[in-house]
Amino acid sequence: MVLKVSDYRTPLFADWCPGCGNFGIHTAIQMALAELQLEPHRVVIVSGIGCSGKTPHFTNVNGVHTLHGRTLPFAIGIKLANPELEVIVAGGDGDGLGIGAGHFVNSGRRNIDMTYILHDNAVYGLTKGQASPTLKLGLQTKSLPKPNINAAVNSISLALIAGYTFVARAYAYDVRHMKDILVQAIKHKGLAFVNIQQPCPTYNDINTKNWYSGQDRIDPKTGKPKPRIYKLEETGWDPVVRNPDEELDKAVAAFRKSKEWGDKVPIGVFYKNELIPTYEERISKRIPFYTKKPPAKQEISDESGAPTAVMEKWLKELKV
Amino acid sequence: MDSKEFNWMIGGPQGSGIDTSANIFGRACGYGGYYLYGKREYHSNIKGLHSYFHFRVSEKQVAANINNVDLLAAFDAETVVRHIGEVVPNGGVILEKEDLNIKISEISTLPPEFIAEFQKYLESKRMGNTISDLVEEAKKENIRMYPVPFLDLLKELADELEIEKLSKVTRMKNVLALGITFSLLDYDVSLVEKAIKTVFGEKPRIADMNVLAFKKAHEYAKQTFSDRLGCKLKKIGVHEERIFLLGNQAVALGKILGGCRIQTYYPITPAADESEYLEAHEIFELKNGDGAIVVMQTEDEISAVNMASGAALAGARAATSTSGPGFSLMVEGLSWAGNNEVPIVITYYQRGAPSTGLPTRHGQDDLRFAIHAGHGEFPRIILASGDMKECFFDAANAFNYAERYQMPVIHLIDKAIANSTQSYAVFDLSQVKINRGKIVNSEDTKKSEYKRFKFTNSGISSRAFLGREGTVMWYTGDEHNELGHISEEPFNRNSMMEKRMKKLETAAKEIPSEEKLNLFGREDAENVVVSWGSPKAAILEAIEMLENEGFELTFLQVRMPHPLPQERIAEILGKAKTKIAIEMNYSGQLAGIISEKTGIFMDNYILKYNGRPMTTTEVYEALRKILHGEESKKQVLTYGS
Repeated sequence: MVLKVSDYRTPLFADWCPGCGNFGIHTAIQMALAELQLEPHRVVIVSGIGCSGKTPHFTNVNGVHTLHGRTLPFAIGIKLANPELEVIVAGGDGDGLGIGAGHFVNSGRRNIDMTYILHDNAVYGLTKGQASPTLKLGLQTKSLPKPNINAAVNSISLALIAGYTFVARAYAYDVRHMKDILVQAIKHKGLAFVNIQQPCPTYNDINTKNWYSGQDRIDPKTGKPKPRIYKLEETGWDPVVRNPDEELDKAVAAFRKSKEWGDKVPIGVFYKNELIPTYEERISKRIPFYTKKPPAKQEISDESGAPTAVMEKWLKELKV
Repeated sequence: MDSKEFNWMIGGPQGSGIDTSANIFGRACGYGGYYLYGKREYHSNIKGLHSYFHFRVSEKQVAANINNVDLLAAFDAETVVRHIGEVVPNGGVILEKEDLNIKISEISTLPPEFIAEFQKYLESKRMGNTISDLVEEAKKENIRMYPVPFLDLLKELADELEIEKLSKVTRMKNVLALGITFSLLDYDVSLVEKAIKTVFGEKPRIADMNVLAFKKAHEYAKQTFSDRLGCKLKKIGVHEERIFLLGNQAVALGKILGGCRIQTYYPITPAADESEYLEAHEIFELKNGDGAIVVMQTEDEISAVNMASGAALAGARAATSTSGPGFSLMVEGLSWAGNNEVPIVITYYQRGAPSTGLPTRHGQDDLRFAIHAGHGEFPRIILASGDMKECFFDAANAFNYAERYQMPVIHLIDKAIANSTQSYAVFDLSQVKINRGKIVNSEDTKKSEYKRFKFTNSGISSRAFLGREGTVMWYTGDEHNELGHISEEPFNRNSMMEKRMKKLETAAKEIPSEEKLNLFGREDAENVVVSWGSPKAAILEAIEMLENEGFELTFLQVRMPHPLPQERIAEILGKAKTKIAIEMNYSGQLAGIISEKTGIFMDNYILKYNGRPMTTTEVYEALRKILHGEESKKQVLTYGS
């Protein structure tokens, strides 16, 4: 049976604000799952707290809506217990870079084969628009009493430095491109990070849809807006590390590119490196049968309820 | 006290091999047929501060210390200062010859508050201020002194082994101390050699060096000390297979047998030893092939608890292991697991608190915290083990409770058990059974849509693991409906709250009383002692001693403080005339909880919170005073260094 995009939608009402970028992201996730024909029971979407946290409820795959900032630890636990599962993490910018920043960094060290989508709108929407860690210094979005006193975290740079092996950015109003990026991210062997620029129509009155599309700067020659968003792949950008010698140069180039912002906002894949062993491969080096018999798949008791573990080796060491 | 026992203490700076010598000593005695209990005390420090091991060697099973030391092996002057007062008349002290001239006030590792107190003691006794003065005073009590030129012996050893750097052999001082000890005890040398070879099993060259050092010291003592120790240690027959293990290891063994296949942790004392032991043994044999546990060191305890929850949702038996400060960080995750009915096990090693407190010392400060931690009301089960054997079975059984009732289980263990070593007859592994609770079957899912949180009479819904074919499910920290979707509807809220809380009633009803408490003695005795956790052994032994004096006491040990078996407790305490709470905390936490739930108040409290476990001696003395009507409501015990 061929799975359609609509098969990945639950009948629940999606209670995001009209015009919210989450609608586009949610659609792109469903399109990516359909393109990859992933059976719903094999997929788990793990989310945090905030508007994006509700994504799993509207998606007809397994959903785990967790705590603020703790998406990655939950997701890692699920994936390690059963590596056959396709685990997709969807969390906000405050979730991943504020309260959960420690997990963001440490997950990069592990390179577990999952996909991490960061909904980046620079505000805490559900609590009525406070500054998130990605809001630039000095900006004053609609509900801020004063301009932002903190500098922003650049999640693309941070992901590169933390060790994510696939680093990309997408734009919430370019659903087809976003879907393409998500498909690549899901297929990537290792931890894939996708930052999604997502206008918040209710609280972020600076980085709006019009801002991204350059409605504020009309080209005098053509009379048309000059969009800020552009696609890396259209500039001949090659993010792929093909041998270890390229690693540093590609990472430095991606880092340099990650600093580009303002007049030009690049989307696409910044960096991709499948030469780094995944965490699953690292465990398999120690436990050769790990992927065949992961923690969730081991028979721990026989039919009579007796444990299957044989303790002789352990006890022998302790015998006196 | 039983005369057929021997108490040995070895002390010195941290990092000088105290633990290794204790391990060898324990095994050597174990091979000779003795039961053992060894308590480890150490500072929160890597190298240099005082640490010691206090061993009790006995023909009968022992699980607590007494206040006596028959032979003290002191690596340094501080050990002499701190422990010479514990040595019994006719006992002995092995010490470094050169330490005799050291002035107590100049021992740099002794803290000023100790020196000030000790100075007062010396002045009251009109004693001088050197190690030699302490030694002379002890000799008045017929305590024998065995001064050893450890440095000279080490130099000779280095020459014999053709090792140029003396620093490469100084660590073997610990084996020299064993050589002197076992020579004074006239113990079978071959048993000690066997122990050395086992402990250094993976490094045969080091083992040989240590055997040589041991023999050298043994010979030295034989030639030098004509005034032998009063007590001797003779090999006795063993008629059973025994193991000699640490509390941490008992927990680890229980977890493996109980089916734990993922353990997450963030390093913390005194919990981390368990995870490291598991990681070192990550691959093991199953009846049906290979098995393994994935041990994951996380970036913090927040990650550890939530990762365990994730793993449990995917169907693995998952646990995390921590201590007070770490558990404090886990609390939000605990609340999520409670709300989402996740069967995780949190092994909670208690240590002296609040805050960082006494990181390497003992305490039972966290019972109330474990019961109440987490925002909101949600069900959980708390287990409190009283000794290593209970640690083993509880560690395995915790997963059954967690999965049968679909709730977090917090397994409380005291530092005094975690870091102690003890010998036991090999545990009866056949007592461990695995029950994974209600799991959804294909009949259920064919009939209707799968509902993870389906309302039932028992409160328990069928569980499906993430990834089960043909099933999708949702979890959320929000209040949710039967499908696991967010719901703020008032009627659903009531039903879902009641469903969750109902599970605790179901657990309380189904779990048999003998798994919740131990009752030692007659049910209608006049005097009842109530306690939980590690004081168990000292209490049982003290009661036995008091029985010989004509007193009858019953001991009620609470093993499941939550849900508290309150009817049964009320039944027992209701008949008692004198109710005595014994706990290792300031306020008598269990006693308070019992009062809340039963309206019954304790008559007497024996409490201790100085960071050192209760000894049989002090529990005996405190109970005796109560029985003789000599003591007021509350006694605070203070023994220990």
